[in-house]
Amino acid sequence: MVSAEPIIAVQDLHVGFGRQNVLRDLALTVPRGQTLAIIGESGCGKTVFLKTVIGLVHPQQGYVEVNGRRIDRLTERELARQRTRFGFVFQNAALFDSMTIEENILFPLRQHQQDRRATHQQAMLDRLAEVGLPTSVLRKHPAELSGGMRKRVGLARALVMQPEVLLYDEPTTGLDPIVSDVINELMMRTRDAYDVTSIIVTHDMITARKVADRIVMLYPLSRLDAHDSPVIFDGKPDEIDETSDRRVSQFVRGEAGDRLMEMRQTK
Amino acid sequence: MSSGTENTRRRGILGAPYESIADLGALLQRTIDTVYDMFLFTWRTMLWLITRLPQRANLFNNMYQIGVLSLPVVALTGTFIGMVLAVQSYTQFRAFGLETQLGGVINKSMFRELGPVLAATMLAGRVGSAMAAELGTMRVTEQIDALSSMGANPIHYLVVPRFLSCLLLIPSLTIMAVFMGAVGGEVYCIFVLGIDMHHYETNAKSFVENWDLFYGVIKSVFFGAAIGLVSCYRGFNCEPGAEGVGQAATAAFVQSFVIIIMLDLALSILLDEIYLVFWPLTSSLLAS
Repeated sequence: MVSAEPIIAVQDLHVGFGRQNVLRDLALTVPRGQTLAIIGESGCGKTVFLKTVIGLVHPQQGYVEVNGRRIDRLTERELARQRTRFGFVFQNAALFDSMTIEENILFPLRQHQQDRRATHQQAMLDRLAEVGLPTSVLRKHPAELSGGMRKRVGLARALVMQPEVLLYDEPTTGLDPIVSDVINELMMRTRDAYDVTSIIVTHDMITARKVADRIVMLYPLSRLDAHDSPVIFDGKPDEIDETSDRRVSQFVRGEAGDRLMEMRQTK
Repeated sequence: MSSGTENTRRRGILGAPYESIADLGALLQRTIDTVYDMFLFTWRTMLWLITRLPQRANLFNNMYQIGVLSLPVVALTGTFIGMVLAVQSYTQFRAFGLETQLGGVINKSMFRELGPVLAATMLAGRVGSAMAAELGTMRVTEQIDALSSMGANPIHYLVVPRFLSCLLLIPSLTIMAVFMGAVGGEVYCIFVLGIDMHHYETNAKSFVENWDLFYGVIKSVFFGAAIGLVSCYRGFNCEPGAEGVGQAATAAFVQSFVIIIMLDLALSILLDEIYLVFWPLTSSLLAS
């Protein structure tokens, strides 16, 4: 259920690396229980936004509030506790190579709940079953699994602490259409089962339409005028086809248009 | 973008000197930034070290990888260094009829200089580069971000155990290098060069004091700390891609080695001064 109360609020966010600005003047609120898809072409700052929400990237200006508390004002310990309320599914799963799948999924529990070891195993097996993986993978290392399986292990690891917010970075990139749909179904089931708020960063319009309640499209700052907002679309999935903004419709339909010419001129 | 860069370049007769000064300034700025970053990194590592010890399994795994697996290669190179010292010194000593004194020279060199420096070099080459490459790969594949996103502190989880392992196990590696160097030198002198064992051992013992072993071990602790910190820092600040990981591994070894040599000089001077303070009589006797 989507409630009116925002769980995440971003105000006047400016993020950059060196001289390169990635996000500028971004304001966004995410109500509790909503599934938000952030779309946009490569380099528009989608992943940077996701990492800023969890405090992995520090903004130059502006702030992120989670449950009404600014994360830049949290102590290191408070921020670590805050992060246990988030689950982050990374683009390439970011599983720890040196650990087995079992150790990977158990990692957050062992870090934060050392006194409840008896329940860890059961929690780990439950999450593994939820993402549809057999127990035979537990002794394997990440390198022995396919891309889709790694993504599912990444989701199981993100779910093991029963987070309030799930952040997905390109969850279906690099997967075949069937496995992509498996991941889409898992995201929907997770939303329904845990009543989590989700932010999905994706290029994949099938995922955005199928899973999201709301879609926000970001546009690269390098192609915007100085005072333009980087958010060029914010609405429901069925509204995105009716937009008159050519930049949005071009992205949604996957048309190059005059982009190839622009890229050549930039070179 | 390139046109912007072109616009900032000065042309004409002052163009080249201007560019050189600007490049030098940028290099200086980068160096200062790196030194400051390294200082912060060291400070954070020390804070985590004193506030929360790493998990035992994590620490023991690192100790095994860093210390135990380095022992054979340190022992082997130590043995050969001892033998090489014997080969190199024998001709000169024989010219003066002092070949029985070779043990003293070999042991003194191994205890004070070659043992700690050899152990540190092997550690920097075998372990430091590997640590930088491993942490660099973790940075590039977002595994370090994943650690942070789960509320774990990467410095506490990744750096502290590696740093502690280098710090605690390099004395053992140094002792192994010294011991095997002394054995290698003695075996070569006695069995190949035919020096009398009794005289060789008597001279070897008279030349070396407990202080010499302490001297080498103390140095090695500083070397170990430098290797741990530099290698982890390089891995944490790895540039993206396979090339970035390779550069991090190379930089970890090169910078560790340069710091080892600089520390070696500084510690040699400092430890000799300390020796003079505590044992002035022995020193003056040796000098006379």
